[in-house]
Amino acid sequence: MTTINPDAIKVILATDCGSTTTKAILIELIDGHYRQTHRGEAPTSVEEPFADVTIGVINAVTEVAELAGRRLVDKNGRIIQPAKGDTGCDIYISTSSAGGGLQMLVAGVVRQMTGESAKRAALGAGAIVMDIIASNDQRRPHDQIQRIRELRPDMILISGGTDGGTTTHVVQIAELIAPAKPQPRFGSDYCMPIIFAGNNKAAPLIEAVFDESVDLAIVDNLRPVLERENLGPARDKIHDVFLEHVMAHAPGYDKLMSWVDAPIMPTPAAVGNILQTIAQQQSINAVGVDIGGATTDIFSVFGGTFNRTVSANLGMSYSISNVCTEATLPSILRWVHFDMDERELRNRVKNKMIRPTTIPQTIEALIFEQAVAREALRLAYQQHKEFATTLKGVQQQRTVGDTFSQESSGQSIVDNMTLDLLVGSGGVLSHAPRMNQTALMLVDAFQPEGITRLAKDSIFMMPHLGVLAQVHPKAAMEVFERDCLIYLGTCVAAAGSIRPDRLCFAYSITGDTLNESGEMNWGDLRLLALGVDETAEITIEPARGCDVGAGPGKRVQKTIHGGTVGIILDARGRPLVLPESPRESVARWVETLDLYPQMAEVV
Amino acid sequence: MTARTTHRVRRLLPIPGEVLVKEGDVVAAQDIVAETFMPGDITPVNVANILSLPPGDVAECMLKNAGDTLSVGDPIARTKGIFGLLKTTCTAKVAGTLESVSSVTGQIMIRGEPEPVRVQAYLSGTVTKVLPGEGVEIETDLSFIQGIFGIGGETYGRIVMACESHDQEFDADLIKPVMEDCVIVGGARMTGKAIARALDIGAAAIVTGGLDDEDLRDFLGYDLGVAITGSEKVGITLIITEGFGEIAMAERTFELLGSRAGADASVNGATQIRAGVMRPEILIPLTAESRAKTPAKGRQDGQLTRGRPVRIIRDPFFGLIGTVGELPPEPQVLGSGSRARVLEVKLDSGDSVVIPRANVELIEG
Repeated sequence: MTTINPDAIKVILATDCGSTTTKAILIELIDGHYRQTHRGEAPTSVEEPFADVTIGVINAVTEVAELAGRRLVDKNGRIIQPAKGDTGCDIYISTSSAGGGLQMLVAGVVRQMTGESAKRAALGAGAIVMDIIASNDQRRPHDQIQRIRELRPDMILISGGTDGGTTTHVVQIAELIAPAKPQPRFGSDYCMPIIFAGNNKAAPLIEAVFDESVDLAIVDNLRPVLERENLGPARDKIHDVFLEHVMAHAPGYDKLMSWVDAPIMPTPAAVGNILQTIAQQQSINAVGVDIGGATTDIFSVFGGTFNRTVSANLGMSYSISNVCTEATLPSILRWVHFDMDERELRNRVKNKMIRPTTIPQTIEALIFEQAVAREALRLAYQQHKEFATTLKGVQQQRTVGDTFSQESSGQSIVDNMTLDLLVGSGGVLSHAPRMNQTALMLVDAFQPEGITRLAKDSIFMMPHLGVLAQVHPKAAMEVFERDCLIYLGTCVAAAGSIRPDRLCFAYSITGDTLNESGEMNWGDLRLLALGVDETAEITIEPARGCDVGAGPGKRVQKTIHGGTVGIILDARGRPLVLPESPRESVARWVETLDLYPQMAEVV
Repeated sequence: MTARTTHRVRRLLPIPGEVLVKEGDVVAAQDIVAETFMPGDITPVNVANILSLPPGDVAECMLKNAGDTLSVGDPIARTKGIFGLLKTTCTAKVAGTLESVSSVTGQIMIRGEPEPVRVQAYLSGTVTKVLPGEGVEIETDLSFIQGIFGIGGETYGRIVMACESHDQEFDADLIKPVMEDCVIVGGARMTGKAIARALDIGAAAIVTGGLDDEDLRDFLGYDLGVAITGSEKVGITLIITEGFGEIAMAERTFELLGSRAGADASVNGATQIRAGVMRPEILIPLTAESRAKTPAKGRQDGQLTRGRPVRIIRDPFFGLIGTVGELPPEPQVLGSGSRARVLEVKLDSGDSVVIPRANVELIEG
């Protein structure tokens, strides 16, 4: 990899090698600003008959090259560097989640403490956590060993114990893993990497437990004391091992690794990276979601703390049937405002599962898929909130003043009232025919409270920008602001229980193009137009029992941002509870936001 | 689907072992071609806890050493007692070999007997390649039918036709006791009762056009969340060729299966619709006689071109079959409001419909 001089960079090429598609984007310096100019895609070529990831990369890059009128690939099938005139690029970077991404097994002594810290480290590094083995996970030791034998992880992370504390339990965990001899996914010549990030006093004992059949690395304890996590060293080691072992065994990656100017990152790690950068630079709390065919990833930054979860079987095609099972069909159908035959729907869901690349042709099929998306996102966010907590097992000093406080350790740090920015990406959100549909899916599923800006990732560019932020933060930020996000607008939502026909809040909005005041009763939903790059001042006077950010009944004044959708005033209450027969309400909301204007013609 | 093709399967052991056949050998589907032994199950026993000892004292109380063979009830460790009395003994609850003794945790590991793992040929044919220590490749000329979804793993049986036409519903009354151990071919949807009856008489597999989600749920006892199947222990393999719901088997598929009635087939219901897609399959090796009757056809490429037969794979026209008509290059607005590239499908009924290109699949054969 070459040393990069940021000032000399004029053309950047980035690829993201996904499980099914490899996406390439071109970023160019235009009039002193970095802009994303062209994109191309091609099927990922990790599987047979190609078994070489670079074929898909070159195909995607060739498409970009044709669109851009810039020669990017030489006659030997290599990316041309550096840029000269209309040829080549200055840097090339890539992310990867091909071949199922990075799959890990994690272990800790207490599941809710070191087990969860290890899981957080693995998820933060972009991995899929296949299982957590812990002393208290309710399984008998031989069942745990059996489970380890069945899984085929890419690597294992072992944590447990605080530094200098008792060593017995964490060694016991290692003693379960060692004889199980977990088989890696990439064939028998692959030496299973094991990272130990537990009690430093136990490190030599752990070394004695494992033989040469594994590649053991020891890093700083990820929970050196109960009150603090230290995930950085474990996360960095996971990245190193990902490159040295996992990537090196994936077809064609040795070649790809020699092409890139920055280490290849697992796709979710790159997305997490850019979201953290944005939250930090703008001092905001942010949530990002990527809903795919098989999984839903949620990233959050609250108070500077980053969390990521992967809901492995909540997705819109491969896993659509599982969403229906977990959410139940009645929960999905509550978002649909017309009759649908349940038996036929069940068959349709299964048909989508077995033919995942089909797309909804009719408006009814689209409405049903968007209803499924609401439930998939809701469930994934629920899982995220349960995982993103303050550290569990930490003793808290209490005073007399805390007598009536119910707070304990392990509280969710996800607070919708303090959420500033909600970003959606993934097919069903990014490719919805109308932006209003995307906005209401996000609002219904995430139920933001107070004042929250809504956006979507235009072409799922966040992975590319996540890697770019590591080598050229200025370019990454400029493209993120100008080309990556499409701002949909702002949601102003009241928290509190619904009181039908009673006042929820009064509002007054003043701006260059929007000057409006009015009242919202509980249950109301309203859409006001405020364009992209426009702002307005809003004053909200909530009724008793209604909170829009400053506390129940307390006035809020703030600047709000417009977008392609505008301002959504939401007095449907939080948590959002749909009436027992929701059809009429949902039909009203659909009409208010003009979600499906073609409905009258088609149905 | 193809009436005649040369097909190759790779049969591999999960861990290194011994290959029992050599290149050029002719094998039958159920012959064992490779064998290995998986290390036995591990049972941890916390001797320190059982004998109330500090972990560091366990080693000197052990009556057995690492590598010793243990039978159930064998004493493994014994405390020294008080003045030689009141000794406590820890006995083996499982048979196996003592693998390790930990002085850190006081835990010992007993490894059970190795478990044999045998790999069958699966396909009757010729061994074309031996991968030493790993497995073999077997090749043969056969009729190949790929399903869209299946349940249950590898099985074998004689092809027997139960329905008279490709669109006849496959119900229980069509199943006869003589169909035991057979691969029964139906037409349209297999009913829940038909599955139960086939299981009852001991059929190897059922192949039909469709299946109702509700019947699948009743049969499995749970709702299938993701399409990763093949490991179910349900006593029968089910394969559908078209999809879920009331749907007839493609006529060409039904005719091909009918033309091979009476032949032995290898069938696998395993389906994996993720990276590395795996679909269920019905492999019917050709005999010398049937080979002569069935000319080999070159495989067509996967391009949508005018006149090629296609199947519509999504509502509102799900299951209909026709041929490719116009292929407008520009994306068009669908009823859903999305923009997508479309094609015209000329249906067998004579009507034409416009469908997103993503919602059709080419019919081979």
